[in-house]
Amino acid sequence: MKKSVILGMATIAGLAAGAAAAGTVDDVKARGKLNCGVTTGLVGFAAPDANGEWQGFDVSLCRAVAAAVLGDASAVEFVPTTGKTRFTALASGEIDMLARNTTWTFSRDVDLKFEFVGVNYYDGQGFMVPKALGVSSAKELDGATVCIQTGTTTELNLADFFRSNNISYEPVPIETNAEAQQQYLAGACDVYTTDASGLAATRATFENPGDHVLLPEIISKEPLGPLVRHGDHEWGDVVRWTLNALVSAEELGVTSANIDELSAGAGDNPEVNRLLGTEGTLGEMLGLDADWAAKAIKAGGNYGEVFAKNIGEETPIGLARGLNAQWTEGGLLYSPPFR
Amino acid sequence: MADQTTNPIAFVADGTIPPSPPPANQTGIVKWLRENLFSGATNTILTVLSLLLIYVLLKNTLPWIMNGVWNANSLAECREILAGKTGACFAVLTERWPQLIYGFKYPTDAYWRPNLAFVLMLAAVAPVLFFDLPRKLLIFTALYPFIAFWLIWGGTILVPFVALLGCVAAGAVFQKLGKNSFAAGFFGAIIVALVVWKLGGALIPEDASEGAWLSAVPSRDLGGFMLNMMLGLACVSLSVPLGIALALGRQSNMPLIKWVCVIFIEFIRGVPLITLLFVASVMLSYFFPPDSTVDLFLRVVIMITMFSAAYIAEVIRGGLAALPRGQYEAADSLGLDYPQAMRLIILPQALKISIPGIVNVAVGLFKDTTLVSVISMFDLVGMIRGPILASTEWNGVYWELLGFAALLFFVVCYGISQYSQWLERRLATDHH
Repeated sequence: MKKSVILGMATIAGLAAGAAAAGTVDDVKARGKLNCGVTTGLVGFAAPDANGEWQGFDVSLCRAVAAAVLGDASAVEFVPTTGKTRFTALASGEIDMLARNTTWTFSRDVDLKFEFVGVNYYDGQGFMVPKALGVSSAKELDGATVCIQTGTTTELNLADFFRSNNISYEPVPIETNAEAQQQYLAGACDVYTTDASGLAATRATFENPGDHVLLPEIISKEPLGPLVRHGDHEWGDVVRWTLNALVSAEELGVTSANIDELSAGAGDNPEVNRLLGTEGTLGEMLGLDADWAAKAIKAGGNYGEVFAKNIGEETPIGLARGLNAQWTEGGLLYSPPFR
Repeated sequence: MADQTTNPIAFVADGTIPPSPPPANQTGIVKWLRENLFSGATNTILTVLSLLLIYVLLKNTLPWIMNGVWNANSLAECREILAGKTGACFAVLTERWPQLIYGFKYPTDAYWRPNLAFVLMLAAVAPVLFFDLPRKLLIFTALYPFIAFWLIWGGTILVPFVALLGCVAAGAVFQKLGKNSFAAGFFGAIIVALVVWKLGGALIPEDASEGAWLSAVPSRDLGGFMLNMMLGLACVSLSVPLGIALALGRQSNMPLIKWVCVIFIEFIRGVPLITLLFVASVMLSYFFPPDSTVDLFLRVVIMITMFSAAYIAEVIRGGLAALPRGQYEAADSLGLDYPQAMRLIILPQALKISIPGIVNVAVGLFKDTTLVSVISMFDLVGMIRGPILASTEWNGVYWELLGFAALLFFVVCYGISQYSQWLERRLATDHH
């Protein structure tokens, strides 16, 4: 009897989970809040400020999606996740989307049954060394001790890079970025390697950032992007096109400064009109209001504004646009047309 | 006689000579130094080396502490103020103080609620810790969990009220039925409590918390050292009774009870706490539908309680085993039944023996509450590792923050261990 009760409960739980996965857009609307998974804290990408308000590059995307779906950029419940809990939180339905600097890889997309809806930051693994070491290229690092976070793709990339260049290294395994900073500054390792954005953020906190250099080699591709569960394509579309709307807005010159003027009525650029809903029925196709994209852009500005505000060159992190520039300016950002 | 007056005796002592002070090297600080620090070549060398070590430590840390900056808005500002001198940046503590204590999402205007709960907690644990206080105060201790729940989580007062009602009803049933048969009283109490909670839960309207006097705070918004204290207190107070029950169950003659207890204890002791926490936070959310999961705080409390109860059970089993067989036989020969024998003869002695072990587990448990930071709960360490170190202002401040956390934990843990030493002295009935 006990067994049948347990089985029955499992069935009910399964059915309920299935039902919840069926229509995330409707769930979010009914709840009035978007559950968005973010990191427990990464400089510039997501962290609560002194007032407890979440700020950051990934956080802005959550706010934009909430604005598009619910019309309110603050209707977000931020669910902090660690590297270990993020995928189960998404798979179990605890969160509706995950915007947590997660690298888009084959196995995560296919095997873990998630759907990456795009890339909001193109990253890559780099090296940082003290200037005093006199090294100008990663290929000169023969015999160096390298601080590396265990259990990450960076560890595997590093092994590949050194083997293919036929040079030796000695790994110093560490657990967190915070620990790595201390180890590196204390001289426990000659080189610190992780994502280039992380290196720049780390270097910005040093007492003398000028004493350390980032080597020119980028040895891996780390496309970071938001993801949703497999199987709910309507919801995937909403998140994907919200991201695309932010990117397109920058390309089309729609900023938080001129958006009120542009969305007041149909202008003479048809793509801007379609994007902002003053023309066509794109919002209706998504199951949202006509001005969904306008609301998403108003939440924090277009992609370029979000970038500049959180991690751009004016901020202490000081990341250049690099690969994350628009395709028209030599970067990789390329939104499909709004048509 | 004239002889005597003309030739007076040169000296007659008319009193005792006052004792002269001991030689300078046999008294006061000099003697103490000689005996304790310089009583031989080896000890002298060790003393000198220790002094050197202390000097080097102080030389490095004192300027760091004394130069500390208490007012700044970011690490960069701290460095500007210090202008190259060594010095700590304690400004992070002053700026993020509420976050370190309450977490970053607890409503600012409600900080008085956990504060009040903390003060009441001191009043509630006092009669438990100090037996000389009037026993009537224990009534407040029994009410405290419900008051604290209401204060910290807020919302409608009906929830803690119904919970209290269930407990009272269960207690009454146990009193009534437990006299004749322990089992009837025990299971009757559980059934009655469940019925009251179910009925009461159904009666509370869904939106009861909407306009409540204390605004409702979800568990997710708890954090900081407050979370450590809550977890530590809840788990210690729950796991001691559970541990006693498990220890007695393990010694039971009834095979079913005995084996359930043995398997539970051995299983829990064979599994690291962190895996249990992952089960609580990750696996259980797969089994429950997304909207009706048990509260994460409750799940974590259950897991930590189970974990420490297994350890406390083994500590108490050691105490029980240390009692001479004659104590059990004496209790039997007095005609006491099992609950009476345990309550009046065995447990008071066994628990006294177990105090150091239980305190050891309690201190360890309190420090283990920081492990919840790996399942993305923002306890003190979680706040430091996550939001504070990840803010653009404070990224790179380590010693100050972690030193502060260590200090807080040290104060609490040292207090617990001092209390246990006092308790042992107080309970010492044997004469050495």
